[in-house]
Amino acid sequence: MSLTILLLLALGLGLAGWLAGRARAWSFRRSAGAGSLAALPSYHAWYVALWIVVPMIIFIAAWSVIAPQLISQHVLASPAAADLPEFGFKRESLLSEARAVATGAATAVFNQEAAALVEPYREAIGRYQTIGIVVALILGFIGGVWSFLRIKPDFTARTRVERTVMVILLLASLVAILTTLGIFVSLVFETIRFFGMVNPIDFLFGLHWGPDPMANAANPDPSRYGAIPLFWGTIFIGAIIAMIVAIPLGLMSAIYLTQYADPRVRSWVKPALEILAGVPTVVYGYFAALTVAPFIRDLAVAAGMSNPSSESALAAGLVMGVMIIPFVSSMADDSIAAVPQAMRDGSLAMGATTSETIRRVLVPAALPGIVAGVMLAISRAIGETMIVVMAASTAANLSANPLEAMTTVTVQIVAMLTGEGSFDHPATLSAFALGFVLFLVTLGLNFIALRVVKRFREAYE
Amino acid sequence: MSERLPTRTEAFEARLKKRYAAERRFRLAGIGAIAFSIVVLAFLLGTMTLNGIGGFQRTELTVPIDFTEAGLTGDPAVLSQPGGLQNLEAQGLPAVVQFFAERELGPEGAAELGNGAWREVGEAIVADPALLNRRAVFDLPASANLAAALNGEGAPEMEALAARLEAEGKLGTGFDVGFLTRADATDPQQVGIWGALKGSILTMIVTLALAFPIGVLAALYLEEYAPRNRWTDLIEVSINNLAAVPSIIFGLLGLAVFLWMFPSMRSAPLIGGMTLALMTMPVIVISGRNAIKAVPPSIRDGALAIGASPVQVVFHHVLPLALPGILTGTIIGMARALGETAPLLMIGMRAFVASPPDGFTSPATVLPVQIFLWSDEIDRGFVERTSAAIIVLLLFLLVMNGLAIYLRNKFEKKW
Repeated sequence: MSLTILLLLALGLGLAGWLAGRARAWSFRRSAGAGSLAALPSYHAWYVALWIVVPMIIFIAAWSVIAPQLISQHVLASPAAADLPEFGFKRESLLSEARAVATGAATAVFNQEAAALVEPYREAIGRYQTIGIVVALILGFIGGVWSFLRIKPDFTARTRVERTVMVILLLASLVAILTTLGIFVSLVFETIRFFGMVNPIDFLFGLHWGPDPMANAANPDPSRYGAIPLFWGTIFIGAIIAMIVAIPLGLMSAIYLTQYADPRVRSWVKPALEILAGVPTVVYGYFAALTVAPFIRDLAVAAGMSNPSSESALAAGLVMGVMIIPFVSSMADDSIAAVPQAMRDGSLAMGATTSETIRRVLVPAALPGIVAGVMLAISRAIGETMIVVMAASTAANLSANPLEAMTTVTVQIVAMLTGEGSFDHPATLSAFALGFVLFLVTLGLNFIALRVVKRFREAYE
Repeated sequence: MSERLPTRTEAFEARLKKRYAAERRFRLAGIGAIAFSIVVLAFLLGTMTLNGIGGFQRTELTVPIDFTEAGLTGDPAVLSQPGGLQNLEAQGLPAVVQFFAERELGPEGAAELGNGAWREVGEAIVADPALLNRRAVFDLPASANLAAALNGEGAPEMEALAARLEAEGKLGTGFDVGFLTRADATDPQQVGIWGALKGSILTMIVTLALAFPIGVLAALYLEEYAPRNRWTDLIEVSINNLAAVPSIIFGLLGLAVFLWMFPSMRSAPLIGGMTLALMTMPVIVISGRNAIKAVPPSIRDGALAIGASPVQVVFHHVLPLALPGILTGTIIGMARALGETAPLLMIGMRAFVASPPDGFTSPATVLPVQIFLWSDEIDRGFVERTSAAIIVLLLFLLVMNGLAIYLRNKFEKKW
């Protein structure tokens, strides 16, 4: 809550500074006559407001990270914390319980041992909140007064404000790099920790997956961390079954919509297909688990299978394929539309039928774009989580039978990280290693696909 | 002058026939592909709607309560306090409800009253203390077992009871207003989606507040000012790649970075919103760049020619003209974020949260995660509730996408 107060405070002070700066600039203008200012009054106002808001925001951002650490240090140093148990889960839970009561998130403590900590917490939170507000106010005040005093008739406020704006724009565009870097560093860091416990060779080439979060963390059994069954399940569901559904259906829809369909039909059917892409994956997952999986199971029973699994790779793959159809179709649509009309006309003029033109001329010419689209579709399918979490199982299985239960990389990431395991356990850390592999594979697929598209687009220009 | 061979030989006719047949087959395959997709979509929506309609209803027992006999005192001043419900409980309201239920429904019928039944009576009294001076009829929730029995899925003796009560007009289904106003619970008769919906709204506010300004400013920089060099290439490559990174990876990032920075905010909308903002930002940047690119250069040149600075050109002329396009992209990005589940599971938003969140830092869940959690419940009653929640989620998405299409059509300009 204090965060909201601080931000509102910063905005309020900024507004006050804006008004004060503008008033001062106007007073210069009135006393010296119009046109005598080096910048419009509103630029002076923005100058003051920026000098108030920017330092305050930077401080608030830093403070909201630092303050919780300071608070817990303060509490741990208090006499009430002396009889806390040593490091471990129990200690953490007592602390968080006391914190919840002190911040008002809970009404009473569950463990009586935590009760003594509530007061120190309340006191520490109050103290650091006051410190935060006071420092933020001082910073804003100093910035405001300093910039306010700098406003003179010949002060070039505009260039300074614009320079700041440019810096802000640059920073905004750097967020993308920082995010990529953040993903990379956090994944690499945890993956290295994991590989310190389990040999990468065992992980990448092992044939048995069955981490035990309850096992001794110091001495993991490397034979339980073989990820090949997961990679196989991911490829089988995402790149094979889903693509068997999505590529023909997506390609044929795109061909029909671009080459045959009446524009009025197209204007209705295309958005309808796009709805398929807009349905949340959790809804597909529910559909797969509730309707498709039992249906496939019944079919398997009717076909004479003795004991089919209710969670099959086929159910997850089919539904995922349906989800990917609009994706493939819009990529194919774009690349077919990029083929020059003259090629199509030439083929038709030679007496080829429309379908011959499409099969012999348009599709081969558009092939690089279609292939790139398929690669992007595969990358999306293997990164898809909710459908497989809900419709595939958690049992790792190295099999080519689509009716068997199979698990994927994303399912295991969710399974490993939503349990109660600690962050020092190889089972938990293995999720990051799996995430890293997934990240690298999808990155590679996307990169190649973008390259292919780029090269192909240049060919006809 | 040689004799012309006839072109339409028999072999030619046969070949032509074959070719035309192939043409028809190809065309039919195209229609078939589209029809299949549309049928699957219709089937998906149809199943959800049929299942979900039941989820907006609940099984109710009709219980008349004569408060003049009950001897409860209702002081409006006391009842309006936060502890009003506890006050009624201390006065024995649960026993009163139980007594009247037994009188009306018989002992085995009263045993099937939902656990929270007296609470609903209490809330009605808190809302209108004058109720205590007269007789009133309540539609109270039945137990999950009885609800299942009414649908023909319960134990035989329970089904007999349900049939008897239904014949007497004391058991029926009614529209459940509470489904839209309550939060999560363990009993399917007691659950509601308001908690998850509020969590979703708070999360979306954080996402929008972070992703929109950062995305628009980054798009402006890249499109209008950035020099062509390695740095901008790097920025561009990372934005394009981020747009295609699986969402679960963003969840891992949120887990490793944001929860490390704010360890006490597990499953808070603030953390969820920050994680989703990183995911949405590339979408906004890409659509923003296209919208900015579509603004004709003559507008920039005109503004520069009358003495505007580069920053003024962008903020006074280019941005206002590009804004509808940027907004369309933003709404589509937000719609995707609204339906996202996996990254939020990673940062712990799968906790059981029985009360709506009251701020950006309190534990919350969001609508898709709520759907996921309910889909895992074994109780049959949750199937309908899950579908009903899905309908609400899809309605929200439909409205958002409709808004995006409307904006696109309304502000589409030909220069």
